[in-house]
Amino acid sequence: MSREAVLRARHLTRYYEIKGGPFSRPATVKALNEASFELFAGQTLAVVGESGCGKSTLARVLTMIEPPTSGELTINGQAVALKPGQRPPAALRREVQIIFQNPYGSLNPRKTVATMLEEPLKLNRREMSASQRRAAALEMIEKVGLRPEHADRYPHMFSGGQRQRIAIARALMLNPKILVLDEPVSALDLSIQAQVLNLLADLQEEFGLAYVFISHDLSVVRRIADDVIVMYFGQPVETGPAETVFSQPRHPYTQALFSATPVADPNRRRERVRLKGEPPSPLAPPPGCPFAPRCHRATEACTRTDPPLEPVDDTVSVACIHVETRASQAAS
Amino acid sequence: MALLDIAGLSVRFQTNSGLFTAVENVDIQVDHGDVLSIVGESGSGKSVSMLATMGLLPWTAQVSAERMAFDGQDLQRLSSRQRRRIVGGEMSMIFQEPMSSLNPCFTVGTQIDEMIKQHKGGSRRERHERALELLAQVGIPDPARRIKAYPHQLSGGMSQRVMIAMAISCDPRLLIADEPTTALDVTIQAQILELLLKLQEEKGMALILITHDMGVVAETAKQVIVQYAGRQVEQQEVKSLFAHPRHPYTEALLSALPERAAGQSRLPTIPGVVPGQHDRPTGCLFNPRCRYATDHCREVEPVAAPDDPARTLCHYPLGRPDGEASPEPSADPSPGVSPEPSSPSRPEVRP
Repeated sequence: MSREAVLRARHLTRYYEIKGGPFSRPATVKALNEASFELFAGQTLAVVGESGCGKSTLARVLTMIEPPTSGELTINGQAVALKPGQRPPAALRREVQIIFQNPYGSLNPRKTVATMLEEPLKLNRREMSASQRRAAALEMIEKVGLRPEHADRYPHMFSGGQRQRIAIARALMLNPKILVLDEPVSALDLSIQAQVLNLLADLQEEFGLAYVFISHDLSVVRRIADDVIVMYFGQPVETGPAETVFSQPRHPYTQALFSATPVADPNRRRERVRLKGEPPSPLAPPPGCPFAPRCHRATEACTRTDPPLEPVDDTVSVACIHVETRASQAAS
Repeated sequence: MALLDIAGLSVRFQTNSGLFTAVENVDIQVDHGDVLSIVGESGSGKSVSMLATMGLLPWTAQVSAERMAFDGQDLQRLSSRQRRRIVGGEMSMIFQEPMSSLNPCFTVGTQIDEMIKQHKGGSRRERHERALELLAQVGIPDPARRIKAYPHQLSGGMSQRVMIAMAISCDPRLLIADEPTTALDVTIQAQILELLLKLQEEKGMALILITHDMGVVAETAKQVIVQYAGRQVEQQEVKSLFAHPRHPYTEALLSALPERAAGQSRLPTIPGVVPGQHDRPTGCLFNPRCRYATDHCREVEPVAAPDDPARTLCHYPLGRPDGEASPEPSADPSPGVSPEPSSPSRPEVRP
């Protein structure tokens, strides 16, 4: 396996301008702030955080649905330089596909499964004949664990888990290298969730896919991720290999998030890191570190500076002034 | 006598394609100060059985029960006016989507006030004081300002707190929480669950928590009922349920949890899907997905053995429910009942 990253993001940022009305001032919402990471083939990068933390904005930027406000995005060694209103080249768009959370909303109810699977081929593989397209669709249907007779059925005839399989099949029709999974199993029941997670693992092995797995379910993330980015209020607060981050969370938010997640073990009683209050409004960000108002370690210094993401050791980076970083170690 | 005592509850809906049984033969007993959790996947009938208890189902629903009593009063015999007095007052419920359960046209204060006016009465000033007190109790900062807020001005967590304030406004003796945290983030979920348990303890009320999240069950409940396809498949104390599940469905569900399958390259799964209206299997409803199923399971519907405290709906229950407390298989779980398997049709050896 080559160690060339299939996806590289540097200081990826996305702001939304909110137009002022007659009674309100225009404002800027920093939905995504300075996200940097690399993703290799066959690997899974998990993005975790609560709603409104910029997970889905990241997904939209990575899939080139939206251009970043600033920062660089490199896909498959090719830089994506987008000006507003410009469409990304088709060759690049083919490499990245996305799967959404709700399989009830992401499939067109008026199209059969086969039609939906053939559509990307029709647009991108002009040279293929109708029978070749049909054969490719049938092959994919089998790969995702459905039966050939499902090809001519409509989405309403399927259960949630089966629909998510269809969405996965559709995303894989053009042999992408990267799959962005935006909460792919959170709408599914527990017994179905396990089936879909196993399918994703099988497909990753077979095609060497790289996954960007966006989720708020930490037990799922712990299981499948190689690397983790923990986000809060639009910015990464802790990044590193999943094992390290889970066994030794360093940022106070990561600690709070992990301890708030219920664990299916009634014998386990844990010390909760209590979180006060709710995430701040993106229109009125607090001064300094955005997590300071809810943080149990917050001091006066936290309200003055917004700490940047700094490496703690070779693999983990944390954005908190209370965590000993390399720089502070060197200084003392 | 149990506070809520339901036996043999069934709910059927008349649909275009025939009668659909959403809930069948469910028994629920809840005492003062109990925390009971009903857990199951979507379509397991967990919400419907509670809505039937509250009398909130539409007229198309046919509710029948051998016994359905709240604090000794037969809910089926009460006039709708009498029932109305209990529902909302002594027995109240909160729902999954806090945003859509509040009326967007009225302020939070008006909606809480309506509850108090209906059930408790009192002057306008007293009711206002009570509403402020309630908002403070559920941890809403600055109640005097928030009482004038409309639902759209509140976050999901705040709306759920308002719903809880409404539900406890008349000091209910039973609070039913239907997936109260499913729509919320984990840090907010932890806050809401903590609040519910705190209120439950302070007020000594009984709490029924409907959920699909095994983590939530493990951290909050004392007793657990597991439902599958409208049937109650087992009922146990929470620790023994997680340690020694009796029904194969519970066992499969627990082993499908990602955190329990560490070290395995693939998660253990339950094949197939929950049966719907038209693909109900004969015999045991779980048999097409069960790894222990035999021909007997495919033909004969199981009934819970009379000597089984877990009331496992299975021909071949797994292990013993009290295995943790008393490892000897001869230990008698319920005095007065024979510990021997009562009928020869339940062999000890599983295939």
